[in-house]
Amino acid sequence: MEQLIPGVFASNILQNLTDIHGFQVLTGNFTSFLWGALVTLEITVLAVAFGMVLGLIMGLLKLAQHIKITYALATIYIDFFRGTPLFVQILLLHFGILPWFGDFTAFTSAVVACTLNSGAYIAEIVRAGIKAIDPGQMEAGRSLGMNYRQTMWHIILPQAYKVVIPPLINEFIAMLKDTSLVSIIGVSELTLRGKLVYASSWEPAWVWGAVAVIYFVMTKLLAIFGDYMERRLATG
Amino acid sequence: MIEVRNIHKSFGDLEVLKGVTCHIKPREVVCVIGPSGSGKSTLLRCVNQLEKVNSGRIYIDGEEVTDPGVNIDKVRQQVGMVFQHFNLFPHKTTLENITLAPIKILKLSKSDAEDRAMQLLGKVGLTDKAQIYPNKLSGGQKQRVAIARALAMQPKVMLFDEPTSALDPEMVGEVLAVMRDLAHEGMTMMVVTHEMGFAREVGHRVLFMDEGGIVEEGTPAHIFDSPQNARTQSFLSKVLRA
Repeated sequence: MEQLIPGVFASNILQNLTDIHGFQVLTGNFTSFLWGALVTLEITVLAVAFGMVLGLIMGLLKLAQHIKITYALATIYIDFFRGTPLFVQILLLHFGILPWFGDFTAFTSAVVACTLNSGAYIAEIVRAGIKAIDPGQMEAGRSLGMNYRQTMWHIILPQAYKVVIPPLINEFIAMLKDTSLVSIIGVSELTLRGKLVYASSWEPAWVWGAVAVIYFVMTKLLAIFGDYMERRLATG
Repeated sequence: MIEVRNIHKSFGDLEVLKGVTCHIKPREVVCVIGPSGSGKSTLLRCVNQLEKVNSGRIYIDGEEVTDPGVNIDKVRQQVGMVFQHFNLFPHKTTLENITLAPIKILKLSKSDAEDRAMQLLGKVGLTDKAQIYPNKLSGGQKQRVAIARALAMQPKVMLFDEPTSALDPEMVGEVLAVMRDLAHEGMTMMVVTHEMGFAREVGHRVLFMDEGGIVEEGTPAHIFDSPQNARTQSFLSKVLRA
């Protein structure tokens, strides 16, 4: 009979839930997951922010085909980082290349690898965004006597950024998920925390389920932000 | 003012200009007419080097613009260009469209550039549209703003590339009126156009182009009333029949 009283019913469920081992594991490691998610977010934000600067430069160099050397460099860079797995890039940079330049933490290696990877994809986004602008705009700027750089800066880029925002949000979301790969070099972001908690608890469904939910919440929030930006750009 | 000497221009296998020579004197209005694909627009675009010639030379005000070493940005500051599709900057207001180049290149102060822009907007009859974005303007208004934008650099020559071809018929007149005023003020103008009425009334000289060359040139009276070349006669009989 007592099940009919909602308050008691709910408290029974909660009582049963807290008796489950997997649930106890999650509540016990709640702050650890939270910190892991924060590190994931940190790497993503840094990688995409630096990646945007790098991608803008590389995208512009790729467009300026008449300057052969920088065009070749940009092409090699973009092709390499888009043509090899991020996983391999992380290992190569952390163990193979960065040690030559100094003693870097795994976190730094992670940010460097993700930045270089993100920059290559953003370079292509920038290039496509600029190409989407009517060539008449460049001609109009140049025919007024502005040079290529002035026209690009004052005329083309302010129009291209509207085209570029939606794919840039996509890149942001993809990068957030891909940062899970840096767990391999020991950066204690969300996935590595999950691995550690799992190893000590043997509750795969609870632990990896919780990790998946946390990633999902983060990407969903980003997607909602992306939709909002797209609507604002459409009206503005 | 403009001297074109035997220029050739190809796009891939297609030879668009097959040795064009012409000369435009200061304060002269020269209209270039001819069928589609005859090379009129390409000729105009070669003059300010939006297209590079394959051979031949072009001089503007005595300076060779086909010389690879020339500062083409400096040259273009003296040569205004008006496009068929206006090419206004959609992210800038009418006023900003006009003031941008004078501020960035001539280093005018914002207020000086705006004074100049308002004066030009008065000239093209659009002072009330200064704060409006181009997407709120009609085609005719856009083209008048585009003319004001080009004039803001105080060019010595104005090039018009089919300025009324993309307009609804009722808006052609307002743009031609602005161009007529400009011609009467003594601006040197090279106008690629399908407006035979304008060419006849305002042009000092008419060039008829066909198949990549200038077939016939002369005064409007000569070209329109007593064309000598068979191709000129055939073209005009088609366009003037209406």
